[in-house]
Amino acid sequence: MNKPPPSLRRWVFEPDPNPPASRLWLVSLLAILAAFLASGLIFWAYGVSPLTAYITVIQGTLFDSTGLAEVLRRFIPLVLIGSGLTLAFRAQFFNIGAEGQLLMGAVAAAGIALFVPLPAALVLPTMFVVGFLAGGAYALVAAVLKARLGVNEILTTLMFNYVASYLVIYLINGPWQGKTVRGFAYTDPFPPAAVLPTLPGTLVHWPTLILGLIMTVFLQLLLSRSVLGYELRVAGANPTAARYAGISATKVVWLVALCSGGAAGLAGVGEAAGIHQKLLDPSQISLGYGFTAVIVAYLARGNPILTIPTALLMAILFAGGDVMKVSLQMPFRVIDALSGLLLLFLIGSERLVEYRLRRKENPQ
Amino acid sequence: MIARIMAEPLLSLQGITKRFPGVVANDGVSLEVYPGEVLALLGENGAGKSTLVSILYGLYRPDEGEILLEGRPVQIASPSHALRQGIGLVPQHPMLVGRHSVAENLALGIGSKLFPAQRIVPLIEKIAGAYGLNIDPQAPVHTLSPGEKQRVEIVRSLLGGARILILDEPTSVLTPQEAEALFKVMRGLRSAGKSLIFISHKLEEVLAISDRITVLRRGKVVDSLLVAQASKARLSELMVGRSVSFDRKRSQPKLGQPVLQVRGLKARSSRGLEALRGVDFTLRSGEILGVAGVAGNGQSELVEVLSGLRPMESGWVELGGKTKNIRANPAELFEMGVAHIPEDRIHMGTVPSMSVAENLALRQYNQPPLAHGWFTDAQQLEANAKAKVQEYAVATPSIHTPSGLLSGGNIQKVILARELSGIPKLILAVHPTYGLDIGATEQVHQVLLDKTLQGAAVLLVSEDLEEILSLCDQVAVLYHGELKGPFAVESATRESLGLLMTGGVV
Repeated sequence: MNKPPPSLRRWVFEPDPNPPASRLWLVSLLAILAAFLASGLIFWAYGVSPLTAYITVIQGTLFDSTGLAEVLRRFIPLVLIGSGLTLAFRAQFFNIGAEGQLLMGAVAAAGIALFVPLPAALVLPTMFVVGFLAGGAYALVAAVLKARLGVNEILTTLMFNYVASYLVIYLINGPWQGKTVRGFAYTDPFPPAAVLPTLPGTLVHWPTLILGLIMTVFLQLLLSRSVLGYELRVAGANPTAARYAGISATKVVWLVALCSGGAAGLAGVGEAAGIHQKLLDPSQISLGYGFTAVIVAYLARGNPILTIPTALLMAILFAGGDVMKVSLQMPFRVIDALSGLLLLFLIGSERLVEYRLRRKENPQ
Repeated sequence: MIARIMAEPLLSLQGITKRFPGVVANDGVSLEVYPGEVLALLGENGAGKSTLVSILYGLYRPDEGEILLEGRPVQIASPSHALRQGIGLVPQHPMLVGRHSVAENLALGIGSKLFPAQRIVPLIEKIAGAYGLNIDPQAPVHTLSPGEKQRVEIVRSLLGGARILILDEPTSVLTPQEAEALFKVMRGLRSAGKSLIFISHKLEEVLAISDRITVLRRGKVVDSLLVAQASKARLSELMVGRSVSFDRKRSQPKLGQPVLQVRGLKARSSRGLEALRGVDFTLRSGEILGVAGVAGNGQSELVEVLSGLRPMESGWVELGGKTKNIRANPAELFEMGVAHIPEDRIHMGTVPSMSVAENLALRQYNQPPLAHGWFTDAQQLEANAKAKVQEYAVATPSIHTPSGLLSGGNIQKVILARELSGIPKLILAVHPTYGLDIGATEQVHQVLLDKTLQGAAVLLVSEDLEEILSLCDQVAVLYHGELKGPFAVESATRESLGLLMTGGVV
């Protein structure tokens, strides 16, 4: 038998059934880096050096007070929706209708603000409660269809985005169109009692920010420390075992629909009452937060609390889009390409977590 | 036989080693397969048989060692590559497309592009005729019995030109009669000069069909011996390293009041077909009733109705003196004392991605002491897990290890620990030892027997007649949704049960 020389040692990929947590982080980090490299090519194609682009983005967002406020402003809806979606994805309820649920929350907030006479102190709390219920109820429709008739929730939640969008368009052009806006398609401005306070000089509506942070902690505790959370994890990881243990799949689906839809509804209240102070065109209420939050939730790997860093990352990218537009004259949507690549690389790298690289020794 | 042994080996493995993280699945395995012989590969679960098969079939590459085919070293890169080199696998569970006909299935990959199933029919008939493999090429695969599907897999390997056929636990899905038919086919293939590698747990079958037997234990070859030198006792000693008794394990039962009474029970399968057509029986405290039958004759539906997973259509079930609510769900029935050791221990009995501790809580996660009101108690969860892991000797690195990483036997112990830790009145045990090694099997049997002495009644569904005859007091057979029996176990024999399982009359 002729032995191969030592130089024939090679690296081999091997399946590893029990990957350490550190590998997950390493692989995710490498995927994010790869996505940045790939998007760098796009910047380069626009004639902007990728290095300049990234430095500009980081300086314009993290090291600039206006930029930082912009980041936080985007962070609020992303962390709210993202934390709710981690729960839904954990339970295998693929809610991609957060955009629509956000709009329903905004509609509910506008309805309360404009048409329901309430004592001033109660207006904002009521808006949040009703916004939560509106978003949750909207997601529940998909949950009921899934639980009772087996209708695929991906299709229903996706399509309900359009329904919500057209509902808003109808309202602002029809019955809710403002009396004082001279034919423009939006409602009257909210009364002062229905407007969220912001940090001075910014659009950071801090009550919603705090609500978002509380939401992540609350959902994390719900998931890891409560009976409902246990049921949710069992039903998500193995529906057959859940059935075997008498855990109601319907209950779990309803719970996650309510939580994820409700959280999106809260985000809608925040956008309407904190930023715009009226109901206006759907594309202006949400800048696609409902979809970006899917990436936020995906990156957090099912842990609501981890949406804080992941929402921050996506918020930086969002705000970075504005910076690039202003400073580098690139289209804002180039940032969509970056987030798309990010998700693509992360999902693509998923399998790699289950493998390890090992130096193969020579057979003796 | 001597002449055959003296011949050049057709296939030879030399020092095959395959490592997985934390385990050496094959450790310097060497064996030979000669033309025209049946080599049995015998070993407990986890002994390395499946890994060896996967290496031979090109699913894994060995870390060390050589595979020689007719004396020449070969690399087997993939299953199709294996078949091109003349090595075919008959998998344990047939991999066929149910909606397609036999011919269409077999034409996959080898038929002509346009009408793949056309020209292959005469070929199939020719091969099937030559080896006594009775199959209809036009029959849709979903109408075939497990034995017929297996024959289709054999034909597939032969069509591909296999000279060496690996049969991976082929009898696990067959009735005794079907197994006998398979052995006939195997003998025919052997006399036609094919080599067969027969993998099985069942010692009698190995002794009945093999020429030589290679025994694996913990990844190593313990011994290779001629069948003439082998006996059940010798083989089991080689497999487990100690001798195992094959006697009836059941001592005199202590029978009490009826625990379960079933009258005229009817239920439908998930596809809406009549699965149970009026089943009657009574099970007393301390009694073990064995339900034999070929899979798909209503056993699953019976257990599902009794465990609350399936609604019954009509009939009456009384459990511990109370009439069972038709809508009772599994959690309520567990409360009433029904423990369920499910057939599919991975996909139903546990949540593989969750920890051992969390799996041990699956039945009582929402009750004190594991939960207070809406909240779970992490400390109690761990205490509960530690106590159960110790009591049932579950071999796990930690109680926080995902249960899916444990071996089959230890997963089953997790289920037993969870289901039987209370004082169950009725234990529904479905294939409780399927795929387990002899050590784990003994432990499962002992636990069930102990529980009957504490007053539990056991409904044991098994395809292993040996198991039923050695444990049960009463035995019944389900055939097409009708229960034949129960009979006292003393009046039943393997042959009479086998006949009932195929619809015969005793």
